[in-house]
Amino acid sequence: MIRGKPDEDEYWNSSKFKAFTFDDEDDDFTRLKESKRAVNSIRSLVEEEDEEDDVEKVSWSGEPVGSISWSVKETASSIRSTGEVRDQSFPKINTAPSLPKNSSGYSLSSLFKGTTHDWTPEETVKRMQQGKVYSLEKFRSLQDKLLLLDEAVNAHDGNVITAVLIYLKKSLSKENLFRELITREIALRHYIHFLKEIEEQKLLLMQYRDHLNIRDENKRRDFLKSCLSLPFSPDDATHVQDHYTLLERQIIIEANDKQVESSGQADIFKKYPRKASILNMPIITTLYYSCFYHYGESDGTYSSPANIRKTFRISDKQFLLTCLGARAKLKAWFDVDALFTTKNWLGYTKKRSPIGFHRIVDILQKNNAPVQVLQEYVNLVEDAEQKISLAQKYKCHDVIINTYRDLKDRQQLIVYRGKVERGSSEYRKIEEILSNSVR
Amino acid sequence: MQHSIRTSGNKPREVKGWAGVLLCSTSGPMAHSVRRDAPELPDFSLLKRLARDQLIYLLEQLPGRKDLFIEADLMSPLDRIANVTTLKQHDVDKLYKVEYKPIVSTSDQLCFLIRPRIKTVKWICDVVNADKAFGRFRKYKIIFSPQKFYACENLLEEQGIFGDVTTDEWSFYLLPLDDDIISLELPEFFRDNFLEGDQRWVRTAGSALHLLHSVYGPFSKLYGIGRCSKMAYESWREQVEEGEQRARQAEIGNVFLIDRDVDLVTPLCSQVVYEGLVDDIFRIKCGCVEFGPDVTSSDKSIKVMLNSQDKVFNEIRNEHFSQVFGFLSQKARNLQTAYDKRSGMDIKQMKTFVSEELKGLKQEHRLLSLHIGASESMMKRKTKQDFQELLKTEHSLLEGFEIRECISYIEEHINRQVSMVESMRLLCLLSLTENGLLPKDYRSLKAQFLQSYGIDHLLTFSNLKQLGLLVEQQPGETLTVMESRVGKLVNDKTAGKLTDAFSSLAKKSNFRALGRRLNLVPKSDEEYDLRVPRDMAYIFSGAYIPLSCKLIEQVLERDGWTGLEEVTRMLNGHEFAVTAGSNGSDARVKTDSQRIILVMFLGGCTFSEISALRFLGREKGLKFIVVTTAITNSARLLESMLDNHA
Repeated sequence: MIRGKPDEDEYWNSSKFKAFTFDDEDDDFTRLKESKRAVNSIRSLVEEEDEEDDVEKVSWSGEPVGSISWSVKETASSIRSTGEVRDQSFPKINTAPSLPKNSSGYSLSSLFKGTTHDWTPEETVKRMQQGKVYSLEKFRSLQDKLLLLDEAVNAHDGNVITAVLIYLKKSLSKENLFRELITREIALRHYIHFLKEIEEQKLLLMQYRDHLNIRDENKRRDFLKSCLSLPFSPDDATHVQDHYTLLERQIIIEANDKQVESSGQADIFKKYPRKASILNMPIITTLYYSCFYHYGESDGTYSSPANIRKTFRISDKQFLLTCLGARAKLKAWFDVDALFTTKNWLGYTKKRSPIGFHRIVDILQKNNAPVQVLQEYVNLVEDAEQKISLAQKYKCHDVIINTYRDLKDRQQLIVYRGKVERGSSEYRKIEEILSNSVR
Repeated sequence: MQHSIRTSGNKPREVKGWAGVLLCSTSGPMAHSVRRDAPELPDFSLLKRLARDQLIYLLEQLPGRKDLFIEADLMSPLDRIANVTTLKQHDVDKLYKVEYKPIVSTSDQLCFLIRPRIKTVKWICDVVNADKAFGRFRKYKIIFSPQKFYACENLLEEQGIFGDVTTDEWSFYLLPLDDDIISLELPEFFRDNFLEGDQRWVRTAGSALHLLHSVYGPFSKLYGIGRCSKMAYESWREQVEEGEQRARQAEIGNVFLIDRDVDLVTPLCSQVVYEGLVDDIFRIKCGCVEFGPDVTSSDKSIKVMLNSQDKVFNEIRNEHFSQVFGFLSQKARNLQTAYDKRSGMDIKQMKTFVSEELKGLKQEHRLLSLHIGASESMMKRKTKQDFQELLKTEHSLLEGFEIRECISYIEEHINRQVSMVESMRLLCLLSLTENGLLPKDYRSLKAQFLQSYGIDHLLTFSNLKQLGLLVEQQPGETLTVMESRVGKLVNDKTAGKLTDAFSSLAKKSNFRALGRRLNLVPKSDEEYDLRVPRDMAYIFSGAYIPLSCKLIEQVLERDGWTGLEEVTRMLNGHEFAVTAGSNGSDARVKTDSQRIILVMFLGGCTFSEISALRFLGREKGLKFIVVTTAITNSARLLESMLDNHA
């Protein structure tokens, strides 16, 4: 058969003139037909085996037994039926005593005929697992309810555990239910998860989590303030307090900077327009922002780096890294230099850093620092080998040449001369050293 | 009917099976010639057909034209088994993705194909109630896949639309992703089960196993470890007992069930085997990956199926990344040679060449350039993030070497606000390998993390603690002492319950001790030739044998848990090994099915673990089939712990 154009196909397949479809060879249809044929052949067997009266068998979903979905499973298991029947029972491991097999399914109509069984908790749970008709109304005493719950927990089926809990929620007071759940961890966790999903749960952290749903920053700030009284652990209480303080200050900074930016008063905002608002950014991002736009402000202002550093107890290392990143981004090499400069009691200056200078070089390089700046910091790397390899990586010729000179390594200097451009300043420098040195 | 239960300490009663097979495949200098060829894998395409047939049936249950709303994460799985034409043939008019927004459909019949999630059902309730308020009459049907939950139906009832909406179940439990990988495509399994303690998917896992058992079984042996595995086994066993038993030749003889929380270290390691690395960087979704312009070296992205059908991929997927370049360039040279043959050809030869070889060569050329592009792109990204240094830290953590240096590395990672998930991953690895962080370190690292990535990660830390991924070392052994004291006072059953109750608090990874006992971390001073891997450690550059796979190897070799008592104790127990009761005669028949092992990961497995199992299979003449609730990796696993979004 020749396939038509897509839209033609669509017409034929979706129109009501399905009987005229030429798609007989279509895989899906053929397979479906196979399945249907299989169903039909199975149905007679099923009916023969049914020793019950004409109660209609249904599964949980209400499909009559013998439907395709049911038969799909049957077809699956009947495929490749070769070989002998084997006894293949497997042992139970470590659970409640085994339950009597109950394989018959009854439809609602059978209930009205008055054939309601007094199902035990075990039977009830089993029926629920199998998607059969069941009834929870008869579990009225607290003891019966708990027996039912414990049975559900023993069956390990979370779906059934939650179903029982929903029933208990409706038929027990909150106090009673929680008192019993305290001693039943598995059930309790199911219950908490269920409440969380239907958004009723208000446990400690979840209450705090609600701030995420508040868009308006002032409302969010006020909400965070209300969270301060919640009984957090001392550590977490500090963090929540920080969160509130942070947002409070961000709101102030944002309002101010927005105004300054639009009025065109400050060069920094003209040169580097803000890409996003600072609201709801992490502390370190806020510090970076402050080092970028508010560097040098006195620590009396909320927006100054010093104030942020103090308020949020930022470590020296962290402060340096963030500051360095921001000032390097602005190519404020003088500020970068000042970050590391310390004076000793004699007034001599010295470069110091709480993190290795090789990391500093890395950060500067990632911010496109020029070689002159880079080599200053490469020079401060203590480990000679690491210094050379960094210098080579970033082409800091002076550092390399000086290091070899200091090591009196003629051989390496000669090798390096071969690597630099003939006649360049570094070439001449090497020449000079080589000719000046004895031998 | 006999039952033989094998738990550690019991000597196996039946002497059929693994030990023998495994021994003959490894002993002696002629081992390679003795080793039998690995058996053929069963054909899993049948599973797709079953799923499709059932879906068609369900669609026909709502006769006439209808619009179909599909849950976002069901779309790719659906794509693998049916196409739009199939749906259109069954009166599906328009297709929509579930987006939790008011709908625009004009159809008078709406069908929703969804996962059984409260959120989605809530949205459907809103849709139906909005229609009601508008005085609009439509027919609604919800098809839950792979099953429905009472909680969902309860919501329909509460919202007063039970009955207005009919419900059905599409038992699409298993999606074959490749010849040897089958996925349940339930990424939420991990969080629901291990974090929330919700056992809603236990029966689903049991049913999935039951489906495999009915089609490819009967299984003769099952091994397992983990609380969830045990429950899934029970659920499966009950379903087998409830159903009819049919006789057939087994295609899969043996099953190994393992909980993800038995080994949380492995999925948190950086993947360096090709397929795993591709997943870490580009994220393989349902067996398909999207390569961006940086890979295709054009201006568009392309979607590619990554499976054994891709001949180039099939040869490199299990290779350590360092070996891939060499392989690809060799391949490229061969290709060049094949093309060059043309130069000396006469017309007739050329004609044969064009008709017989050219198409294959072109295809290979396309695949080759794709994987070369992907390799280049991955190389670039990894160089940029100082991958070498990151790996060094990871390996030190696994080895327990220079931990202080590792901590400063992690600290700086956090301080520099480099990838949040990476920082979290390193913190978790530190905690898992060190049995928790010192209180002082925990407090300081947590504070810095919150400063760098946002204070709302308080929620994340709470989750990580609950799951045991990132914990503070408890002073002394308070809990375990209390446990054992209580244990002495009450009988075993209650003690078991107590242990369960405490397990979330007292769970220790015991990684160092396990590593020593099982030789998971080879000595770092030994050379490891990645070209000729000697063990499964090659998937982590020779630095670490994945615990999960090592357990599987050991249990198969020992045909049970005997001799592994210390190990299982450190893993919090819950191990089992069971054999089908046998009526004798055919039990001793050795078939290929005995060398096919289905490994089911409850909570997800990584591509690296699959590569390790493939390696193990080649070594031992076995074939592993991996069934997993979802393919996972460190990013997916940790992202499932996040709560900091509205």
